[in-house]
Amino acid sequence: MLPESIEKNMSNETLITGKKAENAIKESLFLFTLYICVTIAILTLMTLIYDVLSTGITRLTSDYEVGLITKIQIDNPVDFLTTLDSRYPDRAGIGPAFAGTVWLMIIVVFVTFPFGTGAAIYLQEFAPKNRLTRFIELNLTNLAGVPSVIYGLLGLAVFVRLAGFGRSVLSGGLTLTLLILPVVIVASREALKAVPDTIRQGALALGATKFQAVFRQVVPSAIPGMVTGMVLGLSRAIGETAPLIFMGALTYVNYFPDTPLSGFTAIPIQVYNWIGYPQAEWRETASAGIILLLGLLLIMNSLAIFIRNRYEKDL
Amino acid sequence: MIRSKSKFWSLLLVMVLVLAACGGGSDDAAEETEESGGEESVTKTTAASSSGGSSSSDSGLTGEILIDGSSTVFPITQAVAEEFTAVNPGVQISVGVSGTGGGFKKFCPGETDISDASRPIKAKERDLCAENGTTYTELQVGVDALSVVVPTSNDFATCLTTEELGAIWGADSTVSNWNQVRSSFPDVALDLYGPGTDSGTFDFFNEELTEDNGGSRSDYTASEDDNVLVNGVSGSAGGLGYFGLAYYEENKDKLTAVQVDAGDGCQPPEAAFEGNYFLARPLFIYIAESAKGMSAVREFVDFYFVAMDAIVPAVGYVPMLAEQKMASLMSWSAFSRG
Repeated sequence: MLPESIEKNMSNETLITGKKAENAIKESLFLFTLYICVTIAILTLMTLIYDVLSTGITRLTSDYEVGLITKIQIDNPVDFLTTLDSRYPDRAGIGPAFAGTVWLMIIVVFVTFPFGTGAAIYLQEFAPKNRLTRFIELNLTNLAGVPSVIYGLLGLAVFVRLAGFGRSVLSGGLTLTLLILPVVIVASREALKAVPDTIRQGALALGATKFQAVFRQVVPSAIPGMVTGMVLGLSRAIGETAPLIFMGALTYVNYFPDTPLSGFTAIPIQVYNWIGYPQAEWRETASAGIILLLGLLLIMNSLAIFIRNRYEKDL
Repeated sequence: MIRSKSKFWSLLLVMVLVLAACGGGSDDAAEETEESGGEESVTKTTAASSSGGSSSSDSGLTGEILIDGSSTVFPITQAVAEEFTAVNPGVQISVGVSGTGGGFKKFCPGETDISDASRPIKAKERDLCAENGTTYTELQVGVDALSVVVPTSNDFATCLTTEELGAIWGADSTVSNWNQVRSSFPDVALDLYGPGTDSGTFDFFNEELTEDNGGSRSDYTASEDDNVLVNGVSGSAGGLGYFGLAYYEENKDKLTAVQVDAGDGCQPPEAAFEGNYFLARPLFIYIAESAKGMSAVREFVDFYFVAMDAIVPAVGYVPMLAEQKMASLMSWSAFSRG
């Protein structure tokens, strides 16, 4: 406290001598505030990650025996990743949920990429600038802010009931696709917007058709940005629980989903279920599940960074 | 032009490869788990449950059983399904948690075969089933003893009457201090915790206790997550809350269960094992008439009755009394043969 009050006194003195010193102090105070903001944000995140890691890492990696009379060997992490859920916290595996999440990721990628980039290319490069286009643009931005539960209800009505896909992994994947599509379209449009207009005009000037200019010049330049948007959208999708639960995802399945029409559960649902049990041991199992989800997110985000760096260098 | 074109195609190729890698990896993982993980876990759990008398040989039974419903009954059904899978690995069982009401919304239109329920079916749901032509039977599978809890530091509230509980939790209640509950209690602010209004626990508690007081008051800390209630009550000197027996049993070091006096003496929640506890609620499964023809479903329900004596207490609930179980078993055998 003391140094600060001295500083204040000094700043009062410098008021007479000139404004420059006062500005310097103001600036350093402002910087200090910004540092505090960053520190708080990072510390919170670090605490959360530390808490999860310290609780769950043993459960995820160590081998042990369970059972009083008949001993059962548990070899983690393979057993944790591949076995079925159990009522015993030390035997429960995340196998079907892990497989369900992988299924969801595949469906989301294969459906979102063509629809997301297609819509973005059309809106940015080909759509006439009229009232309808503006209306669509406005709605896209609004859709990005709709609560995820609403998409769960939409998925239930459209994919489960109307399209007749049932409460399957396909319905789940399509629901998540709807959820991230606005975000992916907006991000892809930004990437296309960032391509300098000189490239378009240069291509057109050299006699390329509009189609050629867009697909041979503009889109390749924008792909790093588009892929980044896609991967960030996917990262959001695999962490979602609410829309899947509303759509009718299951909580316990004793099989691995083998077709797109199988019932399924996903990692966030499994974790939510585990953390709700009364026994304290479930905290470790749930934390191990969270670590798995964090790992998947990290892999995908590094993939986005890798793709961006790799292709930005060339252009 | 040519350079950028080849760049574009190589990019596309990379994308396809990345996707293929993702896809391939997942397929491998799924196959691997199905081959090794699946079977391993089956033999393991079979070994674990062999003390229960089940044979380790594969029955060869196949089929699919769709179950949904109450989150309270879920742990029992899941544990039964786990043991059943050990003996019948060919049967695909899925259990969802939509709540008792949500479960009936799927059960009545015929989307599920079995519905978990922590209360009997309501008239409205019965109408829905009748509309869809779904007939069913109700089987009791266990009992949940709702525990009224205070922190261990509370040494005065050892027993409360149903009238006192009704007065505390009633809609128009102005009770905010323990000395208003009973004049002999000390001056400690009352801090209430309970489940949210969507919960079957909430319905049962208030039907039993606050019916005459206009339903439940709403100025208490509500959470659907019972672990949050445990932490809330144990962290507050004047805390009072209610939830299922399992959450009390796991937190006996932090919580004390208040005995409940319904006019015939104080009873702890453990008295439910002898059928003497006032706040004991029955737990049910509902089985659709259309599903009873499926051998997988019949075997599963039969197995449910074999396994429930060991499983119900293991997951924190109270097994039925012998005569209750007999009645439930009788009604199942009449239904499955009829």
